[in-house]
Amino acid sequence: MVEFAGYWMPLQYPTGILREHLHTRSAASLFDVSHMGQIALRGDDPARALETLVAGDLIGLAPGRMRYTFLTNTEGGILDDLIVTNVGDYLFLVVNGSRKSADVEYLRQNLPAGIEVEVLAERGLIALQGPKAASVISKFAPGAESMQFMTAQPFEIDGSPVALTRSGYTGEDGYEISIPSANVESITECILAEKEVEPAGLGARDSLRLEAGLCLYGQDIDETTTPVEAALTWSISKRRRIEGGFPGAQVVQRQIAEGVDRMRVGIVPDGKAPARKGTHITNEKGKSIGIVTSGGYGPSFGGPVAMGYVDARYALKGKYLTLMVRGRPHPGRVVDIPLLPNRYYRAEEQTI
Amino acid sequence: MSTLKYSEEHEWVRLDGDIATIGISQFAQEQLGDVVFIELPDVGKTLEQNGDAAVVESVKAASEVYAPVSGDVIEVNGQLEDDPELVNRDPTGDGWFIKVKISDTSQLDAMMDETAYQDFLAGKT
Repeated sequence: MVEFAGYWMPLQYPTGILREHLHTRSAASLFDVSHMGQIALRGDDPARALETLVAGDLIGLAPGRMRYTFLTNTEGGILDDLIVTNVGDYLFLVVNGSRKSADVEYLRQNLPAGIEVEVLAERGLIALQGPKAASVISKFAPGAESMQFMTAQPFEIDGSPVALTRSGYTGEDGYEISIPSANVESITECILAEKEVEPAGLGARDSLRLEAGLCLYGQDIDETTTPVEAALTWSISKRRRIEGGFPGAQVVQRQIAEGVDRMRVGIVPDGKAPARKGTHITNEKGKSIGIVTSGGYGPSFGGPVAMGYVDARYALKGKYLTLMVRGRPHPGRVVDIPLLPNRYYRAEEQTI
Repeated sequence: MSTLKYSEEHEWVRLDGDIATIGISQFAQEQLGDVVFIELPDVGKTLEQNGDAAVVESVKAASEVYAPVSGDVIEVNGQLEDDPELVNRDPTGDGWFIKVKISDTSQLDAMMDETAYQDFLAGKT
């Protein structure tokens, strides 16, 4: 057990991180992520209101759809990254556990008076992730197997109303399930009783998201990194790039137009030594050019993997860097993010 | 085969004349979990008792291994480079780390034998 975001959470279950990780990629794992903050924004056009604080396109977000975006500060730094779902009559936000109280205060202070910020404290959140997730979930929520990636739908499981989203933090197909607190335990046990499903802890969650190239707030992104530096520009729509209208938009627009001094990249160290968070990165002359923000062993990759920020001149696929692991130079090369191709669910293309 | 002596930091030593073979205990490998890389010292390096000897990287984290005795490194276990999980499978046998030529065998006197080490572990939990 480890302390994370103010909660005692399992780093691993008895089989250990390595097997939990591989099981997620080959079958399905269940993660308790109830530490995440769940928030409802209600009132007068919450999408338009929230667009003044985040960089993502929410006005164009259709009912039942969800989007990854971030709250920015006036310098374009990231206050938090979050998923916003258009439930229909309100917006449903999932924010980081470590940031939820700060986010709620910030939203209440900065959204117009007509918007109600409701903390859904009486809800738990579990994630079922892996290639078998859809067949497992269909036993409890028939129809959920045909949901599109990044969509949400209400279901009833074991007599309890739940909100299902086809999303996750592992690079695999899967679901997150928001459940009234009183029913979290029984639904978790129902799903864990399926033979394909094993529990997985924070350790596997971290190695899975690292291979998938997904950022951990406070490590890979924070108030000092902008979405452009963090290679998250893809999540800002064309309209929002042009119109701006979120804190720090001028900084982000300038960086998109003129480039940035440093970029988040994927790094594969040569050999077997992991380059962990805080590892300094130098060029061939020993000059500091960056730092590793997440790194470790990638069980599916079969070797060490990392991500970090490097001088933009080195942020090119195939470029060799030097990782200073405990004072010793280890070569590593820049690779595309994600480090492993993601396997999100894409429905068959339909031709009409 | 002579008996193992354990340190409170969960290293073991097996003495053969003035050559000490050093590794980590069964308890230590269980705590570390799946070992993925081991950084061993260079042959010829002089280790100080309780000083840094090696680093074990598991999926979880990097952990220091301390030298339970002082001495010069005369051999390292090259098998660990290709197969670091040997430490998980056989920590007190094929999963040894280094062999050290020691000058002062009395440094082992304060270390625990198997029974004392098991009592020490039982007292921790």
